[in-house]
Amino acid sequence: MPRAGILVDRPYERLTKEQVELIHQASMEILTAPGLISFNEEAANILHSHGAAVESIPGDRRSWQVKIPEQLILNALDNAPRTVKLGARNPDNTLIMQGDEPRVYLITGSETNIWLDVEFPTYVHKSDASREIRVPEFKPRRGTVEDLCQSAHVCEHLEMVDGYIRTVNIQDREITEENKDVNKFFASLNNNTKHFMSGLTSLKQLDNVVRMAELIVGGKKALEENPIISFITCLVKSPLQFVDDTTATFIEVCRRGLPVAVSSSPQAGTTAPIKEAGIMAQINAELLAGITLGQLVKPGTPVLYGSVPVRARMDTLGDSYGSVETSQYNIDCAQMARFYGIPNYSTSGVSDTKIPGQQSSIERLFSDIVVAMSGPQYLHCAFGLLDCNSVFCLLQAVLDDAHFKMIKFFLRQPRIDQPEMEAALKQIRAVVTTPQKLYISYIRPVLRSGEISGIYPFEGSGETDDVLELAYEQMKDLLARPVEHIDRETTARIFEEIPGILPRLNVYERES
Amino acid sequence: MSKDIIATIKENVIQGRKTQEDVGIDDSLAGTPGVVELVQQALDKNTSPQVIITEGLTAGMEVVGEKFSTKEYFIPDMLASAEAVGAAMDIMKPVLESANVETKGKFAIATVKGDIHDIGKNIVAILLKGAGYDVHDLGTDVPTEKVVGFVREERPGYLGLSALLTTTMIEMGVVIKALEESKLRSSVKVLIGGAAVSDEFAQEIGADAYCADAFAAVKVLDSYRQMG
Ligand code: B12
Repeated sequence: MPRAGILVDRPYERLTKEQVELIHQASMEILTAPGLISFNEEAANILHSHGAAVESIPGDRRSWQVKIPEQLILNALDNAPRTVKLGARNPDNTLIMQGDEPRVYLITGSETNIWLDVEFPTYVHKSDASREIRVPEFKPRRGTVEDLCQSAHVCEHLEMVDGYIRTVNIQDREITEENKDVNKFFASLNNNTKHFMSGLTSLKQLDNVVRMAELIVGGKKALEENPIISFITCLVKSPLQFVDDTTATFIEVCRRGLPVAVSSSPQAGTTAPIKEAGIMAQINAELLAGITLGQLVKPGTPVLYGSVPVRARMDTLGDSYGSVETSQYNIDCAQMARFYGIPNYSTSGVSDTKIPGQQSSIERLFSDIVVAMSGPQYLHCAFGLLDCNSVFCLLQAVLDDAHFKMIKFFLRQPRIDQPEMEAALKQIRAVVTTPQKLYISYIRPVLRSGEISGIYPFEGSGETDDVLELAYEQMKDLLARPVEHIDRETTARIFEEIPGILPRLNVYERES
Repeated sequence: MSKDIIATIKENVIQGRKTQEDVGIDDSLAGTPGVVELVQQALDKNTSPQVIITEGLTAGMEVVGEKFSTKEYFIPDMLASAEAVGAAMDIMKPVLESANVETKGKFAIATVKGDIHDIGKNIVAILLKGAGYDVHDLGTDVPTEKVVGFVREERPGYLGLSALLTTTMIEMGVVIKALEESKLRSSVKVLIGGAAVSDEFAQEIGADAYCADAFAAVKVLDSYRQMG
């Protein structure tokens, strides 16, 4: 049984049919003129051998101008699977995404450099020592492998988290470019039984992490059937360029037939036009080019339409994920992906705020609600992320989980049909004849059936705002709950066969 | 007459109008010559380049800076003005050289090896050019040898390195080491910037300064000049 996610009955769409067509047509035109620049030779060759016009561009860095004919793109879109399955160590955590079904799965991520520790020291009132309060204190520091394990652990227990993208960049002294991938994959997979998606630091490690996944599920064939890992590659550099190294990674991932999110993150104002029509035509062109390349490498490769559009901040030209336009672009992209029938990777919940609290919750909720309403299948919703995705805080992740429960409830389909209405009429007719004229006795049959939305779990008592403290208590509870690690025998094999994993990550060695 | 043209240059810098085609903040100057055309006219009339720079270009940029700090202007406004000034400096370069007027100095900038992020680096380049520095942009993913080679041959007084990834920030240290080994380190001040790095990191690798943004870069370089 796959996870349920949130099935959005009638997704919120902003574009008319004509506007969708207009964007599609403009993207086709962009891909033939000017086309895109590939800094990766193999990509240029692959596209060339399938009929794209390719010309070498003079300069000190080798690059090729590639013009992709419309038919090539349409064929690729035909080949791209409509249904993408993302497996999991625990099969109950499988995600089944259909390109035309607006079922939203909520995913964590992405890597931040800073981990925010939380403590609640007690303060005593200056003039009345009997009065004490606990105040949250936040301390930033560089993320470590242990932090990643903790984050994976807590996210395993967060009910609304459907899949895991690592939330923190591991920066221990022992971590090098060579061993980073195997450690981030092992730390995540060993502490979390949900689907794991990741980028790759070094292409040389691809076969090692794939082998790790094979050992966990029981072989090559088993991994094909239950792809517990998938990849995200940002092969596009906007505007309209294929980056050399990430494109090489993308090609190799496609060759192995594992699911992959083709991502592009143009910034309206700097690396894409500031107006909606322009950024939409460009990002769509960039993603279609990536999807086309993937299908040419291996027809049928499961791909996600990985749209990460954002508007520039006018005061710094950094990303403004919290801007209204960013949500609009995301919603438009969900609709474009649905038009092509390819599952969409989307983003919400990114906030500028530096610490958990009211501002961060309000900022993120705005995009969380509206983007979820548009029905992207794979929603990277920044669980626990702060300060424009550069900081991760477990406490915030716990808050986000509670808020997503509310969003899920809000997006339920209306329960109005003939039998419901008949029962309602019966109730009304019955109650109006009673002396109290109250419906209270009808509550109990539905009270515990999940039909009534719950109380906000972190509601304070009395006049105080205890949200953060209560969430902190829950965070500690979740950390105290065990997770199902990879079994002893498999762990031993992984450590035997795959070089570079830090010995202290072996929970069985630690025990003995 | 020349006084008028200088005032108009300043006004056009404030409006961020590089050429005649540019609209500017509002359309009050639309269709009239922009900074590039005006500077050419001024030079043709033998106006002192020193006066063009201090009373026209720099004076205009100062107003732009004030407007930015009071949030009347945004970065795109600032960059438009900086680009206009940068283009004017290009035109004046030969004149300045033949008149032996010193520029503020040569500044080379690169995103280090393995890193392709360049939005921030480009902003720094535009702003410093607008502030009167002779900027040489070496591009992204630039190998250490290329940076060192440039320093050896072109002798810039300042070198800016940008890195946004924790995996590439170490390259900055590699560049500094290579400069030391080539006995070039003392000839050049090294500024670093980008999301991954910090003041601490700058100290750790022996860079001269960390800059949180492009404005900090202008300040730091100007302060070096004041110190001589
Ligand atoms: C836009 C962006 C991209 C774009 C780049 C487009 C471009 N043309 O540059 C794309 C999509 C291509 C991209 C790719 C990748 N990115 Co990126 N990217 C960003 C993002 C969102 C914004 C960067 C930006 O442009 N900011 C706006 C500019 C104006 O600010 P700035 O660069 O900081 O520059 C200012 C100052 O820092 C300073 N400054 C900067 N440099 C210098 C130099 C000098 C000399 C001076 C004086 C000052 C100075 O002045 C500037 C102007 O004020 C950051 C997030 C972030 N918080 O920074 C991630 C981020 C840097 N990327 C990240 C990653 C992981 C990647 C990829 C590896 C993703 C992947 N898996 O494929 C690839 C890297 C490929 C490569 N080899 O480099 C991570 C890095 C994490 C880490 N490990 O350190 C970040 C932090 C995002 C995240 N939280 O995950 N990225």
